[in-house]
Amino acid sequence: MADIEVNINGASRTIKGVAEDMPLLWAIRDILMLNGTKFGCGKALCGACTVHMDGRAIRSCITPVGSVEGKKITTIEGLSENGDHPLQKAWMEVNVPQCGYCQSGQIMNAAAFLNDNPNPSDEEITKAMAGNICRCGTYTRIKEAIQMAAEKGGMG
Amino acid sequence: MKTEKLKSGITKIDRRSFLKTSTVSMSGLILGMHISCSRPQKEEEREKASFEPNVFLTINEMGDINIIAHRSEMGQGVRTALPLILADELEADWKRVNVVQAVGDKKYGDQNTDGSFTVRMFYMPMRKAGASARMMLEQAAANIWKVDVAECRANNHEVVNKSSGKTLSYGELAAEASKLEVPKEDQVKLKENSDLKLIGKSTPIVDLEDMVTGKAHYGMDTHIDGIKVALIARPPVAGGKVKSHNAEKTMKVPGVVKVLILESPGFPTGFDHPLGGVVVVADNTWSAMKGREALEIDWDDGVNADYDTDIYIKELKQLARKKGNSRREQGDVDKAFETASRKLEASYVLPHLSHAPMEPPNAVAHFKEGKCEIFSPTQHPQWVRSSVAKALGIEEQNVTVNVTLLGGGFGRKSKPEFSVEAAKISKESGLPIKLIWTREDDIKNDFYHACSVQHVRVALDKDNKVTAWNHRSLYPSIGGTADKSVIEPSAGEIGMGFVDFPYDISNIRCETNKAETKTRVGWLRSVANIQQAFAVGSMLDEVAVARKMDPVKNLLDLLGSDRKINFDKLVSKFSNYGEPLSAYPWDTSRHRKVIELVADKSNWGKSLPKGQGQVIVAHRNFLTYVACVVEVKFENGKMTIPEVHYAVDCGKVINRDRVISQFEGGAIFASSATLKSAISFKKGRVQQNNFNDYQVARIADAPENIYVHLVDSEESPTGVGEPPVPPFSAALCNAIYKATGKRIRELPIQKV
Repeated sequence: MADIEVNINGASRTIKGVAEDMPLLWAIRDILMLNGTKFGCGKALCGACTVHMDGRAIRSCITPVGSVEGKKITTIEGLSENGDHPLQKAWMEVNVPQCGYCQSGQIMNAAAFLNDNPNPSDEEITKAMAGNICRCGTYTRIKEAIQMAAEKGGMG
Repeated sequence: MKTEKLKSGITKIDRRSFLKTSTVSMSGLILGMHISCSRPQKEEEREKASFEPNVFLTINEMGDINIIAHRSEMGQGVRTALPLILADELEADWKRVNVVQAVGDKKYGDQNTDGSFTVRMFYMPMRKAGASARMMLEQAAANIWKVDVAECRANNHEVVNKSSGKTLSYGELAAEASKLEVPKEDQVKLKENSDLKLIGKSTPIVDLEDMVTGKAHYGMDTHIDGIKVALIARPPVAGGKVKSHNAEKTMKVPGVVKVLILESPGFPTGFDHPLGGVVVVADNTWSAMKGREALEIDWDDGVNADYDTDIYIKELKQLARKKGNSRREQGDVDKAFETASRKLEASYVLPHLSHAPMEPPNAVAHFKEGKCEIFSPTQHPQWVRSSVAKALGIEEQNVTVNVTLLGGGFGRKSKPEFSVEAAKISKESGLPIKLIWTREDDIKNDFYHACSVQHVRVALDKDNKVTAWNHRSLYPSIGGTADKSVIEPSAGEIGMGFVDFPYDISNIRCETNKAETKTRVGWLRSVANIQQAFAVGSMLDEVAVARKMDPVKNLLDLLGSDRKINFDKLVSKFSNYGEPLSAYPWDTSRHRKVIELVADKSNWGKSLPKGQGQVIVAHRNFLTYVACVVEVKFENGKMTIPEVHYAVDCGKVINRDRVISQFEGGAIFASSATLKSAISFKKGRVQQNNFNDYQVARIADAPENIYVHLVDSEESPTGVGEPPVPPFSAALCNAIYKATGKRIRELPIQKV
């Protein structure tokens, strides 16, 4: 058990008396009470729990909270000030979500990807998003929204 | 419309009785409707529904409107569709409408959000409610201006005086309107179709912004002060139970608070009874997980310990070659086969499937002082309410069921049992409980879609005419999950793309046979249509090949002349998805038109290079007529789906974009089952664990383009949640045959 200091969405927070092997996902949800990051599989198979660690997309369900000490973590709640990240705007314009549950993870994964690759090809998008499952089947709109955000620029 | 079944009425209610039953506090106009419509099979339940006003529309003096959504949102857009219908009739400014989710209560009429029922059942009541309120606001303006009501016209959140041009806003009129009588139902005047502003157009869903900013509230996002997390180690075989357990190591895991035993029901389990097992209650999810891992349990596997799907399906295959129990008999099938010049015969085999909604089952329960409050991502809040009351031995009025958003449902979250688990644990532990299912819990303890064997025989005469159709459909019935005497598919199940075969063939026989239910079987998006439409759609393509006929021509030729088929005469207890054929006929002209439309829009018959193929399947289900063309392309041994076209006649369209999105998603949902997904059993145990071995479609598997062509229709609206799924699998497999010559009769295509 340890006290772990995490920088989350720009603010420094101390998680007290926590098992260091607790996945970051459960620290975020159960202790920091940020609900936007979702549990889908617990084995890095579905991407619903995707957050950013120092700008890179990681699966918080398999990342021990003890390993993120001193790192900058961004969740969907911290992606943009007013829900106006280019991807969030594109997501709304294309009406991507159905049930919406996987969409935080999809957007966080896409945001880190576009940061690295602001002008991706169709194949690159498909490859980058391969780890994120949507059971409602919004994949064609996810692609469209990522292309739209990329075309409009303003990433990174 | 099902007017003869629908007892709807609209009443104004006084403020005090509204406040008694609602958390929305306000002054102004409050309207309640009674809608006691529900599905015909559950007549008794419908009669029990109370007649107090139940669906509320409120307009306050600021002009803000609240509309209560009483159905569950799981991605199909229902929290938007019903309020939108009401708002359109009301001439409300959609931006000023707030949607409030209802708790589970019989006073709302049917809340069981499944069977693609919602729009079908509530389209007309919602329109009438909106129109009634609009007429009251117009009358209120007439009273204030002291003019005839004919001079007053509601328009975009205000009433306009046609002579003077003066206006009064809805907020200004609310108090005056609240003093008026509600128009009698026969005096309610609906808008002309040409005046509709929202219905038929595309409106973004009301939860859109919350969903892209992480604010949307699902079951798992519920928090109560002092809440503890519970996980259950359930019996590995459905119907098994705990023989003995040792929780010593578990109790040493930091954060673990309690270990409890939940009793097991034996088998059949029913739909509302938890599977039982050993419960670990902890301060947080991680501690509960670690605590559960440390349990030592000896299980009694019970009566399904021998369930092995390889053996089960092998036995069904053998049985399917024998004559079964005829569920539809027309002409003389045996004679037609005796005199046939050619015969076709094939078996189609499909596995069990798991729903695997992205949000696994979960529920929050707080039992305190004889009352229980539940927060659940449930499709059926009234069933949760009655099941929890029964399980805890308390009255229904002491159970409050709050409905959150559902992170996917697909039929899984119709079952109340996971909410009952949470309630029982809360009562037993005396703590507020968040029950979480891991993905492994979900994959291993689902109410699975039935595995099945379909055997179809077809006779052709010397003139290339199809003279006989003999379809045998074998699978364990959903009913067997609750009643062990049910060992053959029900009237409802066989009415899903099997006995409702619409093609004009002189000799038809549809048979079922015994198939015992050996695990929890439940309904999954489009239910028995999945296997039955796969067999019918596949065999009709085999027939087209055998007849050397273009598949579109083959379908239209077999369909015959336009007519309404009286299945009540052909099939005993014909279900028609719970509707009388008089209200929703089986109209072959609508079937023909979607076939023609999809052929036209997909550029049917275009020449495709080697390695590509395009095939059609048409299938009416849940009263919606659907035709689907799938195109596949093989390049360097890799298959892609460049195009899918759907033509859809779902009657009047409400929210166009959501109809389209349901079809896009439906194609991808069906891609999972066609390409990858399968649940198998050995020694009664599910062999799959998580998304590594229960695979579902990922972005690379999705069709590149999905085009949805909607028939412009003024017919009564039907549902769209399930209808996209059934025709897709056969269309994809037929297209693969066209491209490669390989006929696929067993799913999934890719074995893990």
